[in-house]
Amino acid sequence: MPTDLQFFPAGDRAILAQLGKEIDEAVNDRVRTLYRAVLAAADPAIIEAVPAYTTVLVHYRPEVRSFAEMKAFLTDLASKTAADNTAETGRRTLVVPVCYGLHFGPDLWEIEEKLGLSRQEIIDIHSSRDYRIYMMGFLPGFVYLGGMDERLAYPRLKKPRLRIEAGAVGIAGGQTGIYPSVSPGGWRIIGNTPILLFDPSKEPAVPVSAGDAIRFRPIPVDEWYEIKHRVQKGQYEPEVIL
Amino acid sequence: MKIKVIAPGVLTTVQDAGRFGHQAAGIPEAGAMDRASLALANDLLGNPEDAAALELTVFGGTFEFDGEGTIALTGADMRPFLDGNRMAMDAAVSVQAGDRLELGSAAQGVRTYLAVSGGIDVPVVLGSRSTDWKSRLGGLEGRKLRAGDVLESGTDGASLRQTAAELVETQGSSWKQPILQRLAQATDPEGVTQIRFLFGPQDSMFGEEAKRTFTESIYTLSAACDRMGYRLEGAAVPSLNGTDIISEGICFGSIQVPANGQPIVMMADHQTTGGYAKIGTVLSEDLPLLAQLGPGKKIRFVPVCL
Repeated sequence: MPTDLQFFPAGDRAILAQLGKEIDEAVNDRVRTLYRAVLAAADPAIIEAVPAYTTVLVHYRPEVRSFAEMKAFLTDLASKTAADNTAETGRRTLVVPVCYGLHFGPDLWEIEEKLGLSRQEIIDIHSSRDYRIYMMGFLPGFVYLGGMDERLAYPRLKKPRLRIEAGAVGIAGGQTGIYPSVSPGGWRIIGNTPILLFDPSKEPAVPVSAGDAIRFRPIPVDEWYEIKHRVQKGQYEPEVIL
Repeated sequence: MKIKVIAPGVLTTVQDAGRFGHQAAGIPEAGAMDRASLALANDLLGNPEDAAALELTVFGGTFEFDGEGTIALTGADMRPFLDGNRMAMDAAVSVQAGDRLELGSAAQGVRTYLAVSGGIDVPVVLGSRSTDWKSRLGGLEGRKLRAGDVLESGTDGASLRQTAAELVETQGSSWKQPILQRLAQATDPEGVTQIRFLFGPQDSMFGEEAKRTFTESIYTLSAACDRMGYRLEGAAVPSLNGTDIISEGICFGSIQVPANGQPIVMMADHQTTGGYAKIGTVLSEDLPLLAQLGPGKKIRFVPVCL
């Protein structure tokens, strides 16, 4: 059983399980393991669970289980599944095709110039590693990704744009991310993916979950339009590596 | 029965008991702000308790019914007139084809629920009919209602989502008391409403003195109070070492304290995660009270134990 498992009340209908105090992969693995165990338990007391960097927030029905009973229940789940911590069962990598630059990436020119890197170098660095999805939040389908290569770190816009397109791939400081829907925002936009990270007409509406990973695959502009066309016709199957 | 929107009021949306099971993907729960009044309205009509109704805010607007049915109004009293006659709150009332329901400004409370027999029938999106205007999900095209919109009432009384119905059903016994009565009981002669809360999850980031400040001060609801959150104004709650935390899931009722020490209570449309320390969480039974308070109203946080 993880020794640093701690519980806090989050009102009379939720309990916060904290599995560590730092953002790191091992802690986030334990978060994912506990989250999956909570879902798998399909317990009548549990309404839903929200995994984050270091925590799982579990919404429950106090009339079915008290706070103390929930604590015992989750402690038991965590210890039973402790063996899974290294097994990484069911972790998936979603391949996100990205067309870098052009009108898809209006900030790429400035970043090339200021960082003294060629376009190809930026694309190679950005697409050369898998990014862990530590958690989701902010907007439906917004993924909080693990660290980017430091060479690409670049500050946000001082004045956020009023409109950023759905699928925009951006950089904010040392982070990279994807806008799942049209939104205002201050991230520097370097490319765009034609796939949908949030599609309410589908179940699940979001193709990934916390603990999965994202891999960016550079695509040429004609492929962007081809995939977009398939997405719009509902004929695109996201590429997932198990 | 059809419900035609003649005048939409200030902010009228379709809401049910909330969208559950998708917060892990960043999709908010949304749903009625005052779930006790929603449950009461549905109960009066024999609807499933999580059936969708219209949530009217501050100023109600005008609606016309096409067909016979039963309706109920709960929550804030917007001085409703049905076909020219004053309509009772918190009661099932029959309507005839062509009847007009006219509502004015809320004299007391902020949100009124207009329920119809069979519920408001809009498509179920991700398990709920609730409007999430920020994500443009649910309700009628994911937006607030406009003049000329026409809604249909549902035809069957069967619950779509037993889970959410159970949620409402199993709340405390005072849950179905008309909310304005509860509000009067919870408000002192100076107009300060007692809102009960539980400390946590991050109350340890605040010292004893800060906690005393929080529970002994009177907070005023600022102009920035909406379906996402209520920003309060009053004595600043100082933290011991900053109020930033590693982002984590938050609840309807979470009381965040940002760096300026002015608390923010997260309401129905709250984002699913947040990075501010939470000194406490409003008791679920008292969220309907808070939902009926608007800018300028005063509250005091009363700590309770589990």
